[in-house]
Amino acid sequence: MRNDGRPIPTLEVSAAQQQIHLHTFFILQEVTATSRHYVDRLFDPDPQNVLQGVIDMKNAVIGNNKQKANLIVLGAVPRLLYLLQQSSSSLELRTECAVVLGSLAMGTENNIKSLVDCHIIPALLQGLLCSDLIFIEACLRCLRTVFISPVTPVQLLYTDPTVIPHLMSLLSRSRHTKEYITQIFAHCCKTPEHQTVLFNHSAIQNIAPLLISPSDKVRMQALKCFSVLAYENTQVSMTLVNVLVDGEQLSQVFVRMMQRDKPIEMQLTAAKCLTYMCRAGAIRTDDNCIILKTLPCLVRMCSKERLLEERVEGAETLAYLMEPDVELQRIASFTDHLVSMLADYFKYPSSVSAITDIKRLDHDLKHAHELRQAAFKLYASLGSNDEDIRKKITETENMMDRIVSGLSESSIKVRLAAVRCLHSLSRSVQQLRTSFHDHAVWKPLMKLLQNAPDEVLVMASSTLCNLLLEFSPSKEPILDSGVIELLCSLTQSDSPALRVNGIWALMNMAFQADQKVKVEIVRALGTEQLFRLLSDPDTNVLMKTLGLLRNLLSTRPHIDQIMSSHGKQIMQAVTLILEGEHSIEVKEQTLCILANIADGNTAKELIMTNDDMLQKIKYYMGHSNVKLQLAATFCISNLIWNEEDGSQERQDKLKDMGFVDILHKLTQASDPNLCDRAKTAMQQYLA
Amino acid sequence: MSGPSSGCGFLMSVVVHGDLALNEQEKDLNQRLRRLYPAVNEEETPLPRSWSPKDKFSYIGLSQNNLRVHYKGHGKTPKDAASVRATHPIPAACGVYYFEVKIISKGRDGYVKYMGIGLSAQGVNMNRLPGWDKHSYGYHGDDGHSFCSSGTGQPYGPTFTTGDVIGCCVNLINNTCFYTKNGHSLGIAFTDLPPNLYPTVGLQTPGEVVDANFGQHPFVFDIEDYMREWRTKIQAQIDRFPIGEREGEWQAMIQKMVASYLVHHSYCATAEVFAKSTDQAVHEELASIKNRQKIQKLVLSGRMGEAIETTQQLYPSLLELNPDLLFMLKVRQFIEMVNGTDSEVRCLGGRSPKSQDSYPGSPRLFNSPVHKASSSQTYQTGFDSNYCNGVSSSKGHTLAHSHKSCPRTMPSPELGVLNGSRGQQTNVGAEVEMEVDHFSNGVSESSSNGFLNGSSTHGIDLEECDGDMEVDSAQSKRQLCGGSQAAIERMIQFGRELQSMSEHLRRERGKNSANKKMLKDAFSLLAYSDPWISPVGYQLDSIRREPVCSTLNSAILETHNLPKQPPLALAVGQAAQCLSLMARTGSGSCAFASVDDYLH
Repeated sequence: MRNDGRPIPTLEVSAAQQQIHLHTFFILQEVTATSRHYVDRLFDPDPQNVLQGVIDMKNAVIGNNKQKANLIVLGAVPRLLYLLQQSSSSLELRTECAVVLGSLAMGTENNIKSLVDCHIIPALLQGLLCSDLIFIEACLRCLRTVFISPVTPVQLLYTDPTVIPHLMSLLSRSRHTKEYITQIFAHCCKTPEHQTVLFNHSAIQNIAPLLISPSDKVRMQALKCFSVLAYENTQVSMTLVNVLVDGEQLSQVFVRMMQRDKPIEMQLTAAKCLTYMCRAGAIRTDDNCIILKTLPCLVRMCSKERLLEERVEGAETLAYLMEPDVELQRIASFTDHLVSMLADYFKYPSSVSAITDIKRLDHDLKHAHELRQAAFKLYASLGSNDEDIRKKITETENMMDRIVSGLSESSIKVRLAAVRCLHSLSRSVQQLRTSFHDHAVWKPLMKLLQNAPDEVLVMASSTLCNLLLEFSPSKEPILDSGVIELLCSLTQSDSPALRVNGIWALMNMAFQADQKVKVEIVRALGTEQLFRLLSDPDTNVLMKTLGLLRNLLSTRPHIDQIMSSHGKQIMQAVTLILEGEHSIEVKEQTLCILANIADGNTAKELIMTNDDMLQKIKYYMGHSNVKLQLAATFCISNLIWNEEDGSQERQDKLKDMGFVDILHKLTQASDPNLCDRAKTAMQQYLA
Repeated sequence: MSGPSSGCGFLMSVVVHGDLALNEQEKDLNQRLRRLYPAVNEEETPLPRSWSPKDKFSYIGLSQNNLRVHYKGHGKTPKDAASVRATHPIPAACGVYYFEVKIISKGRDGYVKYMGIGLSAQGVNMNRLPGWDKHSYGYHGDDGHSFCSSGTGQPYGPTFTTGDVIGCCVNLINNTCFYTKNGHSLGIAFTDLPPNLYPTVGLQTPGEVVDANFGQHPFVFDIEDYMREWRTKIQAQIDRFPIGEREGEWQAMIQKMVASYLVHHSYCATAEVFAKSTDQAVHEELASIKNRQKIQKLVLSGRMGEAIETTQQLYPSLLELNPDLLFMLKVRQFIEMVNGTDSEVRCLGGRSPKSQDSYPGSPRLFNSPVHKASSSQTYQTGFDSNYCNGVSSSKGHTLAHSHKSCPRTMPSPELGVLNGSRGQQTNVGAEVEMEVDHFSNGVSESSSNGFLNGSSTHGIDLEECDGDMEVDSAQSKRQLCGGSQAAIERMIQFGRELQSMSEHLRRERGKNSANKKMLKDAFSLLAYSDPWISPVGYQLDSIRREPVCSTLNSAILETHNLPKQPPLALAVGQAAQCLSLMARTGSGSCAFASVDDYLH
């Protein structure tokens, strides 16, 4: 075919056709031979020949992945890097080497891996110290291509602390340095540490002017930098609001970038920047640039006209934006039919795509999970506060079925998002009573709880708490499904959130429950675990455990029964908490438990015979906090209640201990509740 | 294109009730409407500006310039419903139309707050709320439902009440409608809307009051942003118009158009270079092009006597066969005499004729006669059919390197105007070469470059020309015929000759009102002590030379069997016509496809 040794320009051979298979074989052989020739020329003693060799190599590899792979296998990379680093090499040769390396990097991920393994990054970074702009641009272009690949560890950018400041100093040298460096930053800023490093090296001041660059690419990359810098970063966000670009506030620059005639990627990224600034508290949620610009822009990103990737990002960003703000949720709920627009996210792959177009089916399948989880997230965010919106969501076509099947999907991301959505909707009393029960959502939820990673468990158990509320019709079937053991095991988790949810669910379950259920809870949990929870470092856990105790100790027969078997330990625990350093709320809850105990028939005696405890009650009746006074008075009131056996003796004993004087004083209290309570108690003596 | 010479049919200024003193609000309204709907020709299709006092049910009261609507019926049953339509239907040429209604009062307590905002066709019963009947569409405040020609609504948006601003947007490209509430889009409410709908509002509760905003105030919703999206969509559609396999044909055709345009206006050096680099033949002898160029330059510099003489020399039979044309040229000559620019009076006035032309420009790109002609004539479709006058294409080769010698052989203003599109006259040769590269690159680039050069040249022309005039007048203190008594006498004598020529013409060829008016206007100049500031002074403006120049050029070309209009100008005129036809037939996308956008 060719024997002049000139490179074969391209080699795009489709192996699908058998006919040309043989042909291909010959070409391949020839390619390997010519490839070797290229590499050999890199070792020529005459520098001029080397240069020509590199230039020929450059022309040969453009757009030719196989040629690239061949050259890498034949060891061209170390030689090119050597030539690039040699100060004896001419600037032209060094530049051409960087260009060829950049071209090799444009190939497959394997190419990138090979290049990174050959330590291309430090070599190119070193090259940036050269003074020649053309050479610097060639190095940056190659670095950019390497760094934006998912196989390159971004940390390599931060290993040498002098690199970032040097890149900052190169930033404004030319249109290309601007584009490549911002693109590198945008891809390599993945953690709060990265954000801080870039921030500390004045990334904001250096990149902000690029937002009005005449080059579309530079503007786009600069914008991306701000979105990754501002993400969950208060320091960056707070700085951004005060930045002026050509006399204009940065937020206004972003607003202009969201105009509908701008490229979609630009609109979406600008909306992300404003979203992150808003969530960091740098922009108020009622600011026009959020309410009238960012929110509608993100809703548009969810529309059917957008690409699947854009719809996913749009929905996730919108969910994040409005999560904490009910007004934004309300506006979004009626903007552009968002709620029903999201229903379309569940229709991939569509039945049409499966038949007509394999490529499309593949594309749809790849994005189907992402779409579903994004939709669930957005529904969760939309419905987190407003009852009307929750109703609107559950009335969307097949919504509950979709959640139910989402709960058992293979993708963890979808399961998590589905349970988040369910949790958000479970805050609605009406939905708990109706759709939740109709669709038996508790079943997949229980299944999910059996075996799931912690983040799913937290959401699922939190949802379960709501399903176990007294008025929830799902409460009964859940009880029958052996949930108590499961919840008790959650209380032993290392995660405070799981412990809270476990004990919270038990507390809800114990509210006005049958004796049988209560006994079962106490048995399954075990007093030992109960007392461990009472000394839990997490206040929430402690509060819910006290709540559980209080619910267990309701109605007289239950109080007496539980106190007869566990009275000693409970009294000990109560003493411990009242003596410990705890918040008012905790002490109040504890005093309420004591008041419940005082309501029992036999349980009363556990207090009456415990002078130390009585002294504590007396102390809290004189406490400066009204809530504690009230709870303590309630307790005494129960002890001296007339209609019960032995009330006379108790009244006498407490009178001797000086309680009557205290009660008398409390009848003069300024708080009307406390005053009433004290008067009621005093009446017991008069009767 | 800008300037007074642009006569495109669809950029009309708005006529408002003959009252010159517009109040501020009306001025604002006109400005905003023109900005929002630049493609609407209000002489054909006026925009809605208020509610119509004639087209309403009796229970409706109007106030505040017919913008405020209040209900004055009983409001007991649906039979008491009442609506009002705007003064005019929504023109399709809006592309996207928008109005807003603010709820001032939701009406008296104890009633269900029936209130509908929407659209209806002419003739739909006004004793109803919008949406209930055929060709009627509404969004109702009490339940937030949308009513699409039906008594039963569909769940659509939130409810609305006092203080809310409800907007209604009609997209005339895809015939849909969406509403907004307090600046937030609520999504599509109706599809497949019929044409010619009127903004409509309906009330049914005593005490209900609403205010309309048809553009009197800035809108709460950012409608311009929505329009931007559609403009981009339409323009992308045009840019990506599929030409399939015929790409080569397109490129060749566009190159021919550009080449013929250059030849038509006698940009001979550029035409040569362009033809060479695009591998085309020039269908006219270079000498002929140069001749026309010479004549044009004389006309444009006001030296009419010389222009007529030269024409008679070079094209002996032309003016004989076209006495009307000759008459027109002579009238212009008379005007130039008054101006003091015609060579005959210049000599007499003691001012030596300038060695260089006083008029720095050259033929304008698309001046008004081109447009007017194109709208009233049958179009010449194939511009290469009767095009070639037998000059062999090898001619182009013999002059292959002519552009390099251009600056020497050609008058410099010519090239400066052509290439120095931004007033940069440096390195002319390099510029030509660079652009030639562009031309050979691709279809779209070559055409846009061509336009760019032409149109910005135009702008510079105007400025330079104005400047020149002022300098001239300052020098001569704008005296009649340059201030020379001999010149005045010559002018008067010439006037008499003109008068007798006119009479002769009338005898020979019958009455010609155009000629009569032309002459009358020209003679009127003498009735004023300072003709330049007189009501007929516009004739003295050098811009007025252009139509004359263009007519003469066309006549010369016609005698050579060349098209009297350059195909490029024809195509532009045709496109403009096509757009106004689209406006008339209800295709809203014409709003976002202005020909001007492609000429800049």
